[in-house]
Amino acid sequence: MLTQLTCDLAMTRRRWLAATAGLVLGLAASSPFSPAQAAEDTIKVGILHSLSGTMAISETTLKDTVLFLIDEQNKKGGVLGKKLEAVVVDPASNWPLFAEKARELITKDKVAVVFGCWTSVSRKSVLPVFKELNNILFYPVQYEGEESERNVFYTGAAPNQQAIPAVDYLMKDEKVKRWVLAGTDYVYPRTTNKILEAYLKSKGVKQEDIMINYTPFGHSDWQTIVADIKKFGSAGKKTAVVSTINGDANVPFYKELGNQGIKATDIPVVAFSVGEEELAGIDTKPLVGHLAAWNYFESIKTPANEKFIKDWQAYTKNPKRVTNDPMEAHVIGFNMWVKAVEKVKSTDPDKVIDALPGIEAPNLTGGVSKMLPNHHITKPVFIGEIKGNGQFDVVWKTPGLVAGDAWSKELDGSKDLIGDWVDKKCGNYNVKTNKCGGQGS
Amino acid sequence: MFVSCLDRLRALFLSILLLGSVTLPAFAGSFEDSVAKFANDEFSDTEEAVGEIAASGNPLAFPIISALQDGRLSADPETKKVFITGADDKVIDAATGTAVNKLPDGTAPVRLNNRLRRTVEAALGGLTLLSPDPAKRLAAAQSVFKSHEESALATVESALANEANKATKQAFAEARAAIILFKPDASENDKLEAIAVIKARGDQEAMALLTSLGADQPPLVAKAAAGAISSIQSNLATWSAVQNAWYGISLGSVLLLAAIGLAITFGVMGVINMAHGEMVMLGAYTTFVVQEVIRTRYPGLFDYSLLIAVPLAFLVAGGIGVLIERGIIRFLYGRPLETLLATWGLSLVLQQAVRTVFGPTNREVGNPSWMSGAFDLGQITITYNRLWILCFTLAVFAILLAMLRYTSLGLEMRAVTQNRRMAASMGIATSRVDALTFGLGSGIAGIAGVALSQIDNVSPNLGQSYIIDSFMVVVFGGVGNLWGTLVGAFTLGIANKFLEPVAGAVLGKIAILVLIILFIQKRPRGLFALKGRAVEA
Repeated sequence: MLTQLTCDLAMTRRRWLAATAGLVLGLAASSPFSPAQAAEDTIKVGILHSLSGTMAISETTLKDTVLFLIDEQNKKGGVLGKKLEAVVVDPASNWPLFAEKARELITKDKVAVVFGCWTSVSRKSVLPVFKELNNILFYPVQYEGEESERNVFYTGAAPNQQAIPAVDYLMKDEKVKRWVLAGTDYVYPRTTNKILEAYLKSKGVKQEDIMINYTPFGHSDWQTIVADIKKFGSAGKKTAVVSTINGDANVPFYKELGNQGIKATDIPVVAFSVGEEELAGIDTKPLVGHLAAWNYFESIKTPANEKFIKDWQAYTKNPKRVTNDPMEAHVIGFNMWVKAVEKVKSTDPDKVIDALPGIEAPNLTGGVSKMLPNHHITKPVFIGEIKGNGQFDVVWKTPGLVAGDAWSKELDGSKDLIGDWVDKKCGNYNVKTNKCGGQGS
Repeated sequence: MFVSCLDRLRALFLSILLLGSVTLPAFAGSFEDSVAKFANDEFSDTEEAVGEIAASGNPLAFPIISALQDGRLSADPETKKVFITGADDKVIDAATGTAVNKLPDGTAPVRLNNRLRRTVEAALGGLTLLSPDPAKRLAAAQSVFKSHEESALATVESALANEANKATKQAFAEARAAIILFKPDASENDKLEAIAVIKARGDQEAMALLTSLGADQPPLVAKAAAGAISSIQSNLATWSAVQNAWYGISLGSVLLLAAIGLAITFGVMGVINMAHGEMVMLGAYTTFVVQEVIRTRYPGLFDYSLLIAVPLAFLVAGGIGVLIERGIIRFLYGRPLETLLATWGLSLVLQQAVRTVFGPTNREVGNPSWMSGAFDLGQITITYNRLWILCFTLAVFAILLAMLRYTSLGLEMRAVTQNRRMAASMGIATSRVDALTFGLGSGIAGIAGVALSQIDNVSPNLGQSYIIDSFMVVVFGGVGNLWGTLVGAFTLGIANKFLEPVAGAVLGKIAILVLIILFIQKRPRGLFALKGRAVEA
């Protein structure tokens, strides 16, 4: 209720700001490229990431990443002999504004493709726009799955590419028997925890050994919950915390863990939303040994990754600028889009959408990711331990690449569904009844 | 004399171990091989090496394993040589103990994972049980209590017999009890005694130990263990109520700190200041800048960074507050809706300005050493940062109260808010007092930012998360009354923390809001309504 209240208030005030401050002060970034100046011989690429509001903390970096990728591509001569031109808009962490800005990008700026969104609710908000106007969205963030849309390409991890391997690692390597599933109260943690709960039970974990806890957005007083975790962990069985706590709430959570003396050797925390960017704001010494599961870590030593980090730091003129998993997802997605466009020699969305499945692009960790018929990609999964310098030390990885499942095999409602846009032309095809249109979509 | 006795004991212990290694020549010969295993960069090899080295009795065992724990042990994968970097940056060869000039190129620190860290901790526990430093012995005893390795029993018993320090002796007795409890061939009587010792310890770790005891125990032991568990549980339940109360007071102090500035600008002046949260944020960023300067220029002053930041944050936020009052708010007195919109827009401008200057990501504000960690009071854990914030909040409150009561500025402020025209007739420069009052409220919000930077993240959004709570506290406590703000903050904090374990964090917060709405229906002016002629409309 509080969140609702603040959200509603926030929306009115953001509109108000967009109307006044945006014009007068030029602080709220509107498109720096006005359509009138656009020359005919460029291909426009839309960037739909929040540059103000609560999500700016995560999304600003992704905007810079796409700008960097476009810059690199243009140095190589662009695509189809044309230069790429970025169109940046600021949806200001305001979900309805995402839809408005997406519409503006497609109808007014006539972009060929959009890279954007972070939260699931922002993706859901722009979905109808992309369907109606038939354009392409590359979505770079790990998410809860249970979705496969014709116009969306999911380059982040599905639950089976992040959450399930992480739990497997804890079960096998750390011999964890008791589980705390702690998350922020919204759709991604709720769905992920539902999948994890079903998965743990299928592995013989009893209900009394699972504790599920939700907290509001931006929760900052973790004393009670950390004390509860401590208590839950003193039942004589090895305990771990699986954290889907989002964004800013992580810093006070980890600070409280450190202060109450919970060390990674006693109760390890494996997080799905904490990466290099988030750790840049914390003193990581008390966190050494806590875990994160991602498809990419900055510390992974491959020639491709070292080159990427060097070029990125040179581009941003900041030798300390870190890289993270959603950035790599944009790198893969961007290269896949370029390949698909060059394959069909057109930026027509219908042709590119049909060409994308099967396209391969190297990821930064030494493998080659492939776009699947369900519009998800294959990715390796890494488990990293937090080091004292804010980076991760990879302690485990999957033997090969893991194919992303659009629909979770652990949930009753979705285990028979697949997404297949190549043969079946359907995002939720039921393999039991052989019909398109199961649940969802 | 006590030390020399211990030293002799340690020598004796080492010689016994050395004797053992003489009778087992395979061990003595393989020490170098064991050390070389660190260079394989495989967790399983490192684990084996730790076990073998801990058991070898070699005088280098302790330096090697403690270096491994601190990340000072590095290995060359080519030559299989392993090196220890000492605290004074001197490098020695781990296998032979000879000094080396510098680390050869290509060496990398030996990596650890959580399982290995536990192994290392247990091994170090075994090796430092006879350390001359009582703090190390205490830590060793505690790590043995957790690992309860049977091999440590003899050492623990001899250490127990020679220990003079009371707390350490107690820890050794508990460690011994833990080992005996898990020793398969211990007699029933010994086990019952062990359970009594662990029961007396009575904390969560004791309970964890007892619950992890297998089911295959003699009936008497199993019964005693079950009895001990239930007694510890009921003891812990009492403590958990105390703990909730402490958490409530601590949350209340944070609420009070965030709201106290608003109690001036909104409560006393009647300005609906939506940019209040941003003043808090500016205070937090001031702390960040102060710490940055200290880190680069005067690293020795780091522990004083907060003390330096407090007056600076007051000046920065207060100064901006005065500017806001002079530049915007004074034209809007008596027009609450416009004030609300203007300050709201201002809050966004400030947020975006900070985002442009400092970047959108969190900034790291470190905890000085005196604000890190926790101590145990009975069975509850009290973290230093929360304790200091409570003290700080009460101090700020007392100073503010004294200021309003005993200084001429305070007198003028009260006069102006009670009756502006009368105050003006008495020769008070009301517009100057308005600016100073708003500056004071903003400055106190800035001070709050210094404290909140210690428990929350320093990002442009910091203020947003406190603005709603601050208004809630001021309205609930009674507008225009500082004491109301104090009582309101602590009431809400404690109520929240008692609801949270029952209803969960999300529902708990909703319940608090519903209760406040009902309360405001009943008493629209809050807990402590201002009597008499109130603030001018």
